[in-house]
Amino acid sequence: MTSGNRDGGGTGRGKGGATVEFRNVTKRYDQGQKGPGAVNDLSFTVPAGKVCVLVGPSGCGKTTSLKMVNRLIEPTSGQILIDGQDVTGEDVTTLRRRIGYVIQQIGLFPHLTIGQNIGVVPRLLGWTQARQLERSEELLATVGLEPARYRDRYPTQLSGGERQRVGVARALAADPPVMLMDEPFGAVDPIVRDRLQNEFLRLQQELAKTILFVTHDIDEAIKMGDLVAVMEVGGVLAQFATPAEILANPASDFVARFVGADRGLKRLSLSRVRDLELRPAVTARSGDPAAEARQRILADSFPYLLLVDPEDRPIGWLDQADVPGEGRLEEARAIPMSPLVEPETTLKDALSMLLDASVQAAIVVDKGRRVLGLVTVDMISAQLHPEARPEVLAPDAAAEAAA
Amino acid sequence: MVDWDWIFGHLDDIGEALSEHLLLTGLAVGVGFALSFAAALVIHRRRALYGPITAFAGIVYTIPSLALLAFLVPLTGLSVLTAEIALVSYTLLILIRNIMAGLDSVPPEMREAADGMGYTQWQRLWRVEFPLALPVIVAGLRVATVTTIGLVTVTALIGQGGLGGLMIRGFIRQFDTLIYVGAVLSVLLAIIADLALLLVQRAITPWTRMRTG
Repeated sequence: MTSGNRDGGGTGRGKGGATVEFRNVTKRYDQGQKGPGAVNDLSFTVPAGKVCVLVGPSGCGKTTSLKMVNRLIEPTSGQILIDGQDVTGEDVTTLRRRIGYVIQQIGLFPHLTIGQNIGVVPRLLGWTQARQLERSEELLATVGLEPARYRDRYPTQLSGGERQRVGVARALAADPPVMLMDEPFGAVDPIVRDRLQNEFLRLQQELAKTILFVTHDIDEAIKMGDLVAVMEVGGVLAQFATPAEILANPASDFVARFVGADRGLKRLSLSRVRDLELRPAVTARSGDPAAEARQRILADSFPYLLLVDPEDRPIGWLDQADVPGEGRLEEARAIPMSPLVEPETTLKDALSMLLDASVQAAIVVDKGRRVLGLVTVDMISAQLHPEARPEVLAPDAAAEAAA
Repeated sequence: MVDWDWIFGHLDDIGEALSEHLLLTGLAVGVGFALSFAAALVIHRRRALYGPITAFAGIVYTIPSLALLAFLVPLTGLSVLTAEIALVSYTLLILIRNIMAGLDSVPPEMREAADGMGYTQWQRLWRVEFPLALPVIVAGLRVATVTTIGLVTVTALIGQGGLGGLMIRGFIRQFDTLIYVGAVLSVLLAIIADLALLLVQRAITPWTRMRTG
């Protein structure tokens, strides 16, 4: 955003990555072709700005593949191209300085302060002190750490999650088009990991780097990847596709086993409630005439009337059998609520809430808790089989509810 | 027993012996460190030389100091050079081993992180491995310094003065005060030098004192 962008090093947040192409890349070790970490004829292309997750069991060569990009390991044969340029054609230190690298266990230098750690590559590139400092502070803020508080601390004074953020900030320092991340969130507990993953995805939306990301965790792969490369022991690429495609159509028994028997559930974690066509709820306000409401709910295939307050916020259900033929609707007779979900809730979480509460429908509400509609177990299950979509809406009821 | 009047009357003599002692020690440890560091760099590049180089330094280390002086005097005379050759020789084994142990203690992932970020081999050594090795290296310097302060008293036998010189004069003249002054000061010097180096180490490796919090 300031002076830095002129020479491409950039103190500003550069947008955009570079295409990374593996072309028949093979790595053999002396022990033979099948040894752990070997890679066999790997070919795939990661388009600029996409996150490609390399996932597979230990010894499948995923880390080897990653390290061949910045030439910590040299391939036995084949080529790796960044924006069409063979990585072996460039001076190795120059190459590495323009590829961000986040390693297992984070790898911050314990003898350097946080600010100095982030400034490592800028310093190697010969930036001025002032520019290094400015960049460090900017990046600390980017990853959610207050610069004044963290800049002069040493890594041992930070928590695992904080260190992880610094690791990402350090890799971003010289604004590299390509980032390599080797199990970057492996060293933190699950709750922190989830938060870091979300933050990282948000950051990536803004930065659009090309990222190669190694993990052994299929759930992380599905969550983080625009593309997923599933690898088998021996360094064979078993499938290279989008997470949804891998879950819906695993290319082999190995992939199916690796993604797990719960791949249906995992697919649900890729969709959100907003992706569904919601079932309109038959609603009425407390004090409304009962007869009219009774007519409407009897016409609907879903046998519960949803009582709402004047702001359209849900209060509770009335069984259609309990809606009297005359008089007014009474709040007191309402039975407690179903789970509330938001449009951003994943279908997996929505289903889990439905099963937990042993109810048929969850109420979808907006940020102001106003009712948007209903989501049912059937609708979620239908999402997994779009070709055989059952009747989601009773047309008459829909027309009624819309009235 | 101790002739305090003599001590107060000869403070300048004592001071001179003390500064000679410090100079001989500083020179020996300084030259020894320079040689050891050079040897460590060679070993760092060519690991196969670790065995031969430390074997040589080990053999030198096992020669009794008096015997070594006796070998050297016909070649280099009763000179500072003779004293320093002996003193430097004894620091080599300790220093080379500690420098190597320090460099070897750097976790492999630190090296890989440095490589992956585009450090050259030389930058990696100076900016990552050497700083991380400092606590172990300084620990070696402390041992070498304390050992040398002790050995410098022996080199007084070839006329190089120092606190050992005071003690020898005390033996010859059967004047206990000189012996006590030499002995007590050399012990104090060793303790103070050790503490000073410890403080230096803490000052130059602030990260080792930081803890999570």
